[in-house]
Amino acid sequence: MTGRLKGKVAIITGGCAGMGLAGVELFVAEGAKVVVADIREDQGLELEQRLTGSVCFIRCDVRNEADWAATVALALDAFGGLDIMYHNAGAPVSYAKFDTITEAEWDDAQALLLRSTMFAVKHAVAPMRQRGGGSIILTSSVAHVNLRSNTSSAYVVAKAAVSALGRIAALDFSGDRIRINTIVPGGVPTSIHGSKFDSRTAVADRMATYFEEIFADYQPLPQMGRTTDIAKTALFLASDDSAFITGQDLAVDGGLSLERRMTQERYLARMAEAKEKALTDLGLEA
Amino acid sequence: MSGRLDGKVAVITGGCSGMGLGTLELFLEEGARVVLADIQGDKGEALAAKHGERLRFIRCDIRSEADVAAAIALAESAFGRLDILFNNAAAAGATGGIETLDVDAWDATHALVLRSVMLGCKHAVPAMRRAGGGAIINTASGTAVLPFGNRGAAYGTMKAGVAHISRLLASELGPDRIRVNAIVPGWIATSILGNSIGASREVADRMTPYLLEDFATFQPLPDAGTPRDIGEAVLFLGSDAAKWITGVVLPVDGGLLVKNQADGRLPDILQNARTKAEQALADGAPA
Repeated sequence: MTGRLKGKVAIITGGCAGMGLAGVELFVAEGAKVVVADIREDQGLELEQRLTGSVCFIRCDVRNEADWAATVALALDAFGGLDIMYHNAGAPVSYAKFDTITEAEWDDAQALLLRSTMFAVKHAVAPMRQRGGGSIILTSSVAHVNLRSNTSSAYVVAKAAVSALGRIAALDFSGDRIRINTIVPGGVPTSIHGSKFDSRTAVADRMATYFEEIFADYQPLPQMGRTTDIAKTALFLASDDSAFITGQDLAVDGGLSLERRMTQERYLARMAEAKEKALTDLGLEA
Repeated sequence: MSGRLDGKVAVITGGCSGMGLGTLELFLEEGARVVLADIQGDKGEALAAKHGERLRFIRCDIRSEADVAAAIALAESAFGRLDILFNNAAAAGATGGIETLDVDAWDATHALVLRSVMLGCKHAVPAMRRAGGGAIINTASGTAVLPFGNRGAAYGTMKAGVAHISRLLASELGPDRIRVNAIVPGWIATSILGNSIGASREVADRMTPYLLEDFATFQPLPDAGTPRDIGEAVLFLGSDAAKWITGVVLPVDGGLLVKNQADGRLPDILQNARTKAEQALADGAPA
């Protein structure tokens, strides 16, 4: 432990699993106090127990502005301020193409991925001004940088807009020394990918354990990303090491923004293989 | 000391001053052993004497393939391996408008700013393969993206090439676990700015303090960037914390490329700083 976030207070949304959880663990190890905002109450309370004194959990649906206000209020109450807002929460949204997408599907996608990002900035600015500055970290996706056809178009639009939001917000709040940057994660083996192929959480989680071996050659660097790789970039952007960096998108993707090295057919075949293995492991039917 | 570069060996070109020096100091603090490759012999010898066995200086003209190859070879012969190459050295090169641009000056700018980066990468790759992977960080420039009115087309064009060769080599070298990234420094007060308006090295070095107040207003963040800020980004990209980052071109610019607030003021600001620096030298004022 080197204490690179000593004395800092952070909020991490979606901090109960995947990249968010890796962020919580690393931020705490580096000396931060963290409010974990997530809809997974059981895991959140467990995490609060495990990292007692450093973590406070609050149930937060990022689509709901009142939940954001309560989350920021908790940071101020429990830890006395706010220095870092890391908005990481997200989930798969409708795969419908624009000729068939419904109004509700579109609105749900934007509320979850884009409108929530606006709330993250909106509710972080005032307490950060009080501290004389801060760092807001948003989460975009390689999905909008290196397009593929079999993707969620609503997701692509929302994630592109997250990057645009980060740039204009960086301009608007630089005078307050609030820095705003956006991480662009590549293919990290989390359950979000498997969840598109099977709605059962247990299956999606199990599938993720096979991704490392079957997707190593998906991008220029011959390995899948780890949730800890994303967390280390979040730490860099959260810390004063990046004091002169704002308004930027930073890809953490093994080069996937530049080049995808696997056809859609091979991708789907390997996903099917992972699902097959997961079902066998769990003794479940397709 | 946290030692984020413990056990790593780096080559830094242009490490005697400016952003290279800011990075060099940080690398040494974080546990790296460093080959400093620079054309400034006196400064290089002084730094080597100051830092002892963890720093080796080699005189290197980055326009010479033999010099670049020797600098890379020194990393392996002195420290046993090469993990990180920071291709940072450059100079302003050809200035002035396109109509009067001298072809030899264009070619000289290419050799200095872009070909030098290619040479560094070319010679680092075999050594990094032997080390099982590595990280190359190239210095691009805000002028690779936007015009700022102080430099001719040559420098910015070559720097755009530096950004792009980083992306191309990221793809080529990814399977060898050699990561290639570029940084895009914003307005950092270094001697290259005086160099770009024809000031001598001595005057250019003395100009930098006179630039800071204005540079704090050039970009959205209301502070002037420092060589240390650049060094932190290079450290991050060079360290294992960034082991899944390749092919990125990362601005370290206080938001300059989000909103350029220099607003055409640069030429006057540079001239004023030059006048003040020349006056200070004439008065014999301490640096």
